[in-house]
Amino acid sequence: MENKVAFENDLNLKDTELRLGLPGREEEEQKALVSCKNNKRPLSEASEDCGTKGSKESAPPAKAKIVGWPPIRSYRKNSLQESDASGIYVKVSMDGAPYLRKIDLKVYNGYSELLKALENMFKLTIGQYNEREGYKGSEFAPTYEDKDGDWMLVGDVPWDMFMTSCKRLRIMKGSEARGLGCGV
Amino acid sequence: MECKRKKEWPESNDSNRPTTFPDEVLERVLSLLKSHKDRSSVSLVCKDWYNAERWSRSHVFIGNCYSVSPEILTRRFPNIRSVTLKGKPRFSDFNLVPPNWGADIHSWLLVFAKKYPLLQELKLKRMTVTDESFEFLSLSFPNFKVLSLLSCDGFSTDGLAAIATNCKNLTELDIQENGIDDKNGNWLSCFPESFTSLEVLNFANLHSDVNFDALERLVSRCKSFKTLKVNKSITLEQLQRLLVHAPQLVELGTGIFSQELTAQQYSELETAFNNCKNIHTLSGLWTATAQFLPVLYRACANLTFLNLSYSTLDGDDLAKLLVHCPNLRRLWVLDTVEDKGLEAVGSYCPLLEELRVFPADPYDQDVVHGVTEAGFIAVSGGCPRLHYVLYFCHQMTNAAVATVVQNCPDFTHFRLCIMNPHQPDYLTDEPMDEAFGAVVKTCTKLQRLAVSGLLTDLTFEYIGKYAKNLETLSVAFAGNSDWGMQCVLEGCPKLRKLEIRDSPFGNAALLSGLEKYESMRSLWMSDCNVTMNGARLLAKEMPRLNVEVIKEEGINNSKADKIYVYRSVAGPRRDAPPFVFTL
Repeated sequence: MENKVAFENDLNLKDTELRLGLPGREEEEQKALVSCKNNKRPLSEASEDCGTKGSKESAPPAKAKIVGWPPIRSYRKNSLQESDASGIYVKVSMDGAPYLRKIDLKVYNGYSELLKALENMFKLTIGQYNEREGYKGSEFAPTYEDKDGDWMLVGDVPWDMFMTSCKRLRIMKGSEARGLGCGV
Repeated sequence: MECKRKKEWPESNDSNRPTTFPDEVLERVLSLLKSHKDRSSVSLVCKDWYNAERWSRSHVFIGNCYSVSPEILTRRFPNIRSVTLKGKPRFSDFNLVPPNWGADIHSWLLVFAKKYPLLQELKLKRMTVTDESFEFLSLSFPNFKVLSLLSCDGFSTDGLAAIATNCKNLTELDIQENGIDDKNGNWLSCFPESFTSLEVLNFANLHSDVNFDALERLVSRCKSFKTLKVNKSITLEQLQRLLVHAPQLVELGTGIFSQELTAQQYSELETAFNNCKNIHTLSGLWTATAQFLPVLYRACANLTFLNLSYSTLDGDDLAKLLVHCPNLRRLWVLDTVEDKGLEAVGSYCPLLEELRVFPADPYDQDVVHGVTEAGFIAVSGGCPRLHYVLYFCHQMTNAAVATVVQNCPDFTHFRLCIMNPHQPDYLTDEPMDEAFGAVVKTCTKLQRLAVSGLLTDLTFEYIGKYAKNLETLSVAFAGNSDWGMQCVLEGCPKLRKLEIRDSPFGNAALLSGLEKYESMRSLWMSDCNVTMNGARLLAKEMPRLNVEVIKEEGINNSKADKIYVYRSVAGPRRDAPPFVFTL
């Protein structure tokens, strides 16, 4: 269990929430955004109460998710997603490998399980995720193509969001991978 | 229980000790006591009773595994056969507790192997269990019968294989809803052919296929099977064969509930269900469609608990099914049934006591369906005995909640989750204070409350003033100031568990509960306004509490992001990971 990648902790923090500013900003503002964000109602009412946290910034469109909210256990979340489809199968390619693999994202409870599976499947070490530096120290960086067609670093967004937006995975190798480690 | 007998005895000229009862008699009498609360009371009467109670106790319930140590436990209770242990704070279910936090069962098992070699039952909730622990368990306790795990993690199906292989007297294996590494279904094939004692098997939340032949043989040779909850890999056709082997089942969890069936197969399935006259609990029913639900109709006559929370049924299909379930006491559904479905509940299930409505699309912001206040009112109107509700919705009004509790004043568990944080009454735009005010004023038996929506300190004033039987309170994105939390801490005499997230309660609120926390099981506060200094002060003033702050390494600000406070006779944790700071 000690090998569990440390970023799991990061993923559960407000650090991974979408926000307007650069990383490293005042925690106060981050907190306010977290609590103000998910309102469908006009922001004026919500901001009044969020005002106690010191921020009146208008939140980004209500697509960002709050960790652990609504309070539903993961086994149920996973099962719900499965009730309409038999699995979220995505292709996995690795730079240099002759053929692709396919995995079912629903089988995994989070990033650490997914990465462990990828490490086993391709016999490599991906290493630890870090919000600022990606997969520093590793030759490989797991990336994915999201719904918008962009290539993203695996681990940046909450797991649930990743599961619904990931179209395919690609394990980048070598200099390209290290390039991603320079901080997004 | 009081020692009333003391007053009735004739005045003794020597000691005041009750010499009339030999210990054996007292122990025998006390062994009939099952309730933990009663046993606790008994043990406080006098030293003789304390001793008789501890010798006669066979089951122990530990609500927080860190409140006591295995050494202390085994010293006090020498004859335990059954242990129930709960570990992590409840918010760990929602990813608010980092992995590797603790609550590992292994240190307990090591002590149990020495002190309770005859251990029969282990029921765990939110504990970490490794495959090694399973192996150790399966080899250390020859009489082991019952293993039940809920919301646990740390293990794989290999651990289950060890249990199946080695536990020759197993009667119950219930591994629902755990964070299990589901490698394959081979574990099921590990039950030896000579093994016939299984009565309860629940593997509903595993994904992998199991060997159906092995399962079929297991079910047919275990004649006392009463609970069988299979996973989605089991088809309708396979289910039919299982039912033929075990028509005596009392609790059934089906596999996938749709398949291409011939008319004959359909008819055989229906017959198999009709022959199950004892089913009172039904679950599973993945992808259940209107086409297949009718096979259940006859079997539902005695149904008391129906769990449809994995079926995306609509209101009409639910209605058609509920017509056949007049004895229903407990119902779990997805909000795909909408208000229409809930109206059917109100119409056809007059004996209903518990309703849970889960969201089918909890993360979809654009969702327009789901249940509303109208459905809530409809159920309350038709089900006056309703006392347990868990209701996820996107909109609610104060008036609706007031109506609901007027219809159903006997609520003991009221858990309302308006899924948008800070959402007011959508008709009046006011906070939802009056809704929860109505709940606590009307429902005097209320034990558990979860609040949501836009809430000011007034909600907490109401709770403190009226909720005199409240034991568990869950708060998220609510309140204005320390005052709110103070009201609860001062006003709720029976409060045992308080869990708060993302609310503006700070050090003053935390410290106002100094006197209170020793009478509670635990307090959790995350993303509130508590600082490290406040936490340290609490720890300093109350040495018998464990005050733990979960803090990411390397973040050196003064905030106590997540604080977990609990009473303990075992002192500070010795197994805390680096991100848990014991103050």
